[in-house]
Formats: sequence, C-alpha cells, structure tokens
Amino acid sequence: MKIELRDPNTIMKLSRLGSFHQSKLSFLRSFLNEFKDWEYKKDLFDLDENGYGEAVYSFKKKKRVYSLVCFANRINDDERSDRVIATKWDAAFTLHDGVPTKDDIARLKNEVPKQEVGRLSFKELTLSRANKSLRVFNHVVDSLSKGSQPDLDLLSKVGYLYRTTAVYGSGKFGLADRFRIKNREEINGPFRLEMMLVYLVRQFTFDQVNHVAHHKNPKKAVKLDKKICKNLGIGNSTGLGMAPFIVNHPTLLNNWILSRETALKEIREIEIVDSKDGNLFVDCVKKSLTNITSWNTDSEYQKNKIKSLLKDVEKFLNYIENQFDFNMKHPFNEIYLWLEKETCEECIEYVVSIMMEPYSHITQPLVSNMSSDEEKYFNIPTSRTVGELRNIIEDKYPNILDIDFEKKENNQNFWFISKNKEEPRLADRFDEHGSELEQPLAIARDIKKLHEKLLASQNNLTIADFLSHNSKLRHVVRRAFIVEKFPYSEIQDNTIGKSIMPIDMLRLKLSFFGALKFDPRSDKWLRICMFQGAPLPSELKNYDEQWVYKANI
Amino acid sequence: MKSLSEIETTVKRASKAIGFDWGISEEVGKSVRLLEMFGFSGIKNINQYYNDKIDKKFENLNLISNNNQSTSTPFCPIILGVSFLDQVKTIDNIGKIKFDKIAFPLIFLSFLSRSSEVVGKKIIIRFDKKELLLNLNVNIYSNLFNQEFPVIANNVEVEFIDNQDNFKESEWQNLYRLSENTFVEESESLKQGGAGAGLTDND
Repeated sequence: MKIELRDPNTIMKLSRLGSFHQSKLSFLRSFLNEFKDWEYKKDLFDLDENGYGEAVYSFKKKKRVYSLVCFANRINDDERSDRVIATKWDAAFTLHDGVPTKDDIARLKNEVPKQEVGRLSFKELTLSRANKSLRVFNHVVDSLSKGSQPDLDLLSKVGYLYRTTAVYGSGKFGLADRFRIKNREEINGPFRLEMMLVYLVRQFTFDQVNHVAHHKNPKKAVKLDKKICKNLGIGNSTGLGMAPFIVNHPTLLNNWILSRETALKEIREIEIVDSKDGNLFVDCVKKSLTNITSWNTDSEYQKNKIKSLLKDVEKFLNYIENQFDFNMKHPFNEIYLWLEKETCEECIEYVVSIMMEPYSHITQPLVSNMSSDEEKYFNIPTSRTVGELRNIIEDKYPNILDIDFEKKENNQNFWFISKNKEEPRLADRFDEHGSELEQPLAIARDIKKLHEKLLASQNNLTIADFLSHNSKLRHVVRRAFIVEKFPYSEIQDNTIGKSIMPIDMLRLKLSFFGALKFDPRSDKWLRICMFQGAPLPSELKNYDEQWVYKANI
Repeated sequence: MKSLSEIETTVKRASKAIGFDWGISEEVGKSVRLLEMFGFSGIKNINQYYNDKIDKKFENLNLISNNNQSTSTPFCPIILGVSFLDQVKTIDNIGKIKFDKIAFPLIFLSFLSRSSEVVGKKIIIRFDKKELLLNLNVNIYSNLFNQEFPVIANNVEVEFIDNQDNFKESEWQNLYRLSENTFVEESESLKQGGAGAGLTDND
C-alpha cells in the first residue's frame, strides 16, 4: 500500500504546527544518540562555598573535544528576570571548541556573563545563560544539607533547578559561523551543539546544588539522589525571538517537517507489525500519560488543550485495547485514520510522535536529512516566467489566496525588531507606532499581493523582467520558488491576523528541540522543560531509548 | 571579529533602512558577506556608499545592454548588480558588456561573482587598468589585492569567458602520457580474469 505524504495545506497550519510534540527525530534525542559513546569529563569545578565560580565539562572523542565553560555569579533577587532585557543571570555558559586554556577562561570570564553585550570568538560555538528556580534550588539545598532528599511534590511542579533564558549559536555575538564546523559528522543535525550545551548545563546544576549543600553543612549533607537528578531537566523560557526563525529558514523548516512526515508515511505503509513493536508503541502511549497528568500550567489555553489531549489519549487507549487488533494489515495506517476521525489535533500529533518509537531504522536515516544548505536555494531562477510563478502560487498557497487582507482583522498585527534588545516583537498595527518598519514576515499577505501583480502581468514575461518593475515583492518571489521544491517550507497561515497565537510558532520549533510540558505564560512566551528523564552523562553508554516516557516526577 | 552571520544580518537591515526593498536588501546582505569571506573590504565599501547615498544621486540601471551609458551620475552598484544577476542568463551571449561609470565597483563585484556561478562561466571585469577574474563564485583573482578599491570605476568592461581549457593540447598530452606509467600492461590471463566479466557480452 502506498500512502501519500500529508497535505502541507493541513499540516502547515499554525494550529496543527502548534500541536506538535517531541519524537525520536527531536534534536535532544538525536544528540544523545550521537554522543552516547563520547568520553564525558568534569575538568574543572572551582566554586566557592556559595556556589559561585567556574566549572568546565567536556565531551571528547579521538582528537575532538567540546568544553562547556560555566560561570556562576551572585545576583540579587530583584535582578533575576526571564525577559531578554535582563542584564544579569545566576549562571552564564559557553561551549568552547577544544580545551580552553587559562587565557581562554580569563577572556571568557570577562565576556560570557555579559551575554549579548559581550564578544565571543570563532573558538566558541554556543552561548547561554540561566536563572535558578529559586524556590526549588533553595529547597533542595536546605533538604540535602540536613541529610534528606527534597520534596518530590515540589520538584514535580517545576521539573528543574535552573531555567535557561536564551541559547545562542551560529555566529551570534562573534560565535563561530556554521560554515566553519558544518563538515563535522557528529554535528550533522540541527542545533546539536545547543543541545550539548543545555545537557551539560543540567549536570552543572546538580553538581552546584550538591556543592552548596555540602558547604552549608559538611557533616550532615547528602548528595541529590541520582534517580531524582535523572527526573529533573533544564527549564527554558522562550519568547518571540524564536518565532521568525521558522519563517526565515524555509528549507530548514521543510527538512524538519518532511522528515517527520516521511517517518509517518513509512510507518503507515508497514504491512505487518511485529508484536514487540506494537507492544512497545502501546507501552509508550500508556507510560506517556504521566507526562500529561504532570503537565502543570496556569494558562487556560493550555489547560484546555491538555484536558482534550488526556481525554483523547484515554479514548485512544480504550480503542486500542478493546477494538483494535495489531494482526491486521497496515495497522498503523488504520490507527492514523481513526485518530484523524476521532481525536483533536493535539492528540493526533502526540500519537504520531509515539508511533516512531519502535522504528529506529526509519527515523535514524532521516535525522541526517534535517539540516539544510540554505545558500544553495537563495538565488531566484529569473529566466522562468510569470506564468510558471503564478501556477506555483495557485498550487502551493490555495488557502492563503482566499484571505481578504482588506479586512482589518486579517491585517491587524506587524512584526518588528525592538531597538532596545534587537529582538523580534509583534504589535497591533492600528494601536502602536512603528509599522512602517515592519519586518518581512507577513508572508501570506505579500504572497497574495504578488499573485495580484502576476495576474496583471503577461504570462510569458520572465521573472527578471517582472522583478525589474516589482522589486518590493522580491522577497516573496524567492520564497515561492523555494516552496515549489520544498513543500513544507511555508507556514500556510496568516502570521499577522488578529487571532494569531505566536506561541504556536514557538511550540513547533521547541517540539523539534525535544521540549516537554509547554507552559504558556501569555500568547507570546512560554516555559518548557528539556532532558527531563534523560540519562545522566555517566549513564550515556547504555541507556533506555524510551526514557522520555518514563520520567517519575 | 564579526561573524559572517552578523555581517549578513546587519547589512541586510542597513540596506532596508537606506531605502532598498527587503528582497534587494537580502541580496546585498548575501553579497557583502561573500566579499568579506573572500577578504575584500565589503563592509567599508557599503558603509561609504550608504553615506554618499544620503546626499548624492546614483542612476538605477534595470535593463542591461551591450553598451550602458549613464546620464550624468554613476550607476548604483546594487541595482546594477541585482539586474545583472537576474538577467545573466540572457546577457551572457553578448560577450563583452560596457558601463561608462559604476559607483563602488567592489559592491558590484560580489554580484558578478554570484552571476558567474549562476551562468556557469568565468567572468572578467576590467576598469582603469585593473583586472579581476570571477571564478564561478569559488574565488576572485585580482591584481588589486591590498589596494584601495576606487569609489568610481570608469569605462568598465565585463566579459564572459567561454568554458574552455586554459592550457594547450600538447601540455595535456604530455601529462597524460606520464600518467599512463601507472597503468599495467594486460597479459592474456589478466584480460580473461582481471575485469570480472567475459570478453564477449553478446548474450
């Protein structure tokens, strides 16, 4: 049986993209898989009794070494902020290419804690900072210093000791450009070095909390139980800065989604499913219920989504146990068709992610297709014609062409870059100033404008001729030729409409990172947890691949 | 040191701020990034050009012919560069293309380099006794290294080089003969067994 890839006009809608969940294709899971046989080491741990100072952790294989350099600093409680406008953090980190010398550490000590206003060099690969979850960190220190383990109920409400508030890479603030390292096999997957940084930061948080507790009461203090460590992750606060990324990197977005869609298609095409594979799938769905029931958020929007998800996953399990037989042909196709008919978008995508669990031989080759050489697709094929471009737009953007941008609600917002922090922001076009400096992120509106211009032009005109009179539309002409080759490269929705939920864009990206427990704090930013349940560095050589469904708090 | 990613983003935004459309600004960001990667002073030149642009006029050339005369002011290297890039597949058969005055020719150079890759031909640009070879966007060879690029280039000639060897046939033959010394003369038994298949494949 041949299954078609799912229609981009369904999958690339924001509500669907905002329902995506982590899977075996997620970057933090593929990072662990790639680095599981690297040598992990704590090279330096020079903190004072309060936990302030420097530490270095590394991964090494043959002659290649990546070192996380950590700087823990004292800050006042009123200086601790998740917002990007903050200027001080509890800890700041950089991933250094190789073994840092004393001079490197001295240089980095002066720059890394400054974050955006510091300068890094081509020897640094990623940059980040993090703040303590004060109530959890202090509680853990208190408990350990008294010789007891912390309250698991409290830990389960938060899920981490520290929360990163930004992770930068690829040339930001002087960091190494991607082209310098792109031929390294071990990082042939998106955001792999960002994942390494976050993973090693997680270990630093455990070492720091143990260190502080020990110095508080050297005679009585105990270490945080390894099982508890394993069930803690690293939090992350993410705002709008992430949203334009997926618009600005169309071929990369395509490769992420296409990999996921290809995996689903191949799984649906499996004629006979081994009983062990079917059992593993069902087992993961059952165990994953803990991830849903321990998913805490104050957001009514997310609470409703979680409620629907839980209801639908339970309904699905009931269907699997009472009405379904894995001995039928193409069982996963049957499951998928049932999901589409009976459950919400959030549940469909949730189960689609879990379908991949038994099938490493399908997902593993796809992981290496998830990067993109974007430069190759930048040039516009200007010898093609207006008629061809019009056909592409009518074929690839049918729903976009139906949007009436004359209506105020479809043109309500605009994206801009804040002068204060050079970060993307979204504002109401009719209430706020600045729309004359709008960023080119209103792709749907501009595609529609392009289509109108094309309709008024001769079909045999070349694109070169068309552009010589319509340079305002050049950025979307480029995109239309990209979407012709990369069907999942474009969000098939209006990114400036009144009803836009920007967190859908963030969730899409974060799901590919491998984030869990999305916790929207408004429609424009959210908190997540990464690596919760993941093996510790010392356990990497032999770990349970389905760890993500087995977190215990 | 600024990363190429920072250079591209900042140039793109500055180009929009100076009045170019977003799509054109994307092209300028990409081109200046390329110049800096090749070791040319792209940032310096674009900065000077945008400063000059505030109170000087430059002519936009949208349609390129074999002989392009500006009215009074030099051609804008960006609009000219983008036009050249867009039209390269239709103008490469002209052979030599002339421009009387181009402002900040280094900026135009980056578009020529990209055009060379698009059309699959090397391009030579000559002006004021200066000569540069743009080699399929892989590198740029010039007799201008370590010299200031002029602010205006006069009597500019752009030539497409047809794909052909840049050595003599006799030089090739000589080298090929030498390479043959690594081959093994086949005996009858090697002819029979060395290739795996039989000597006849008629079936």
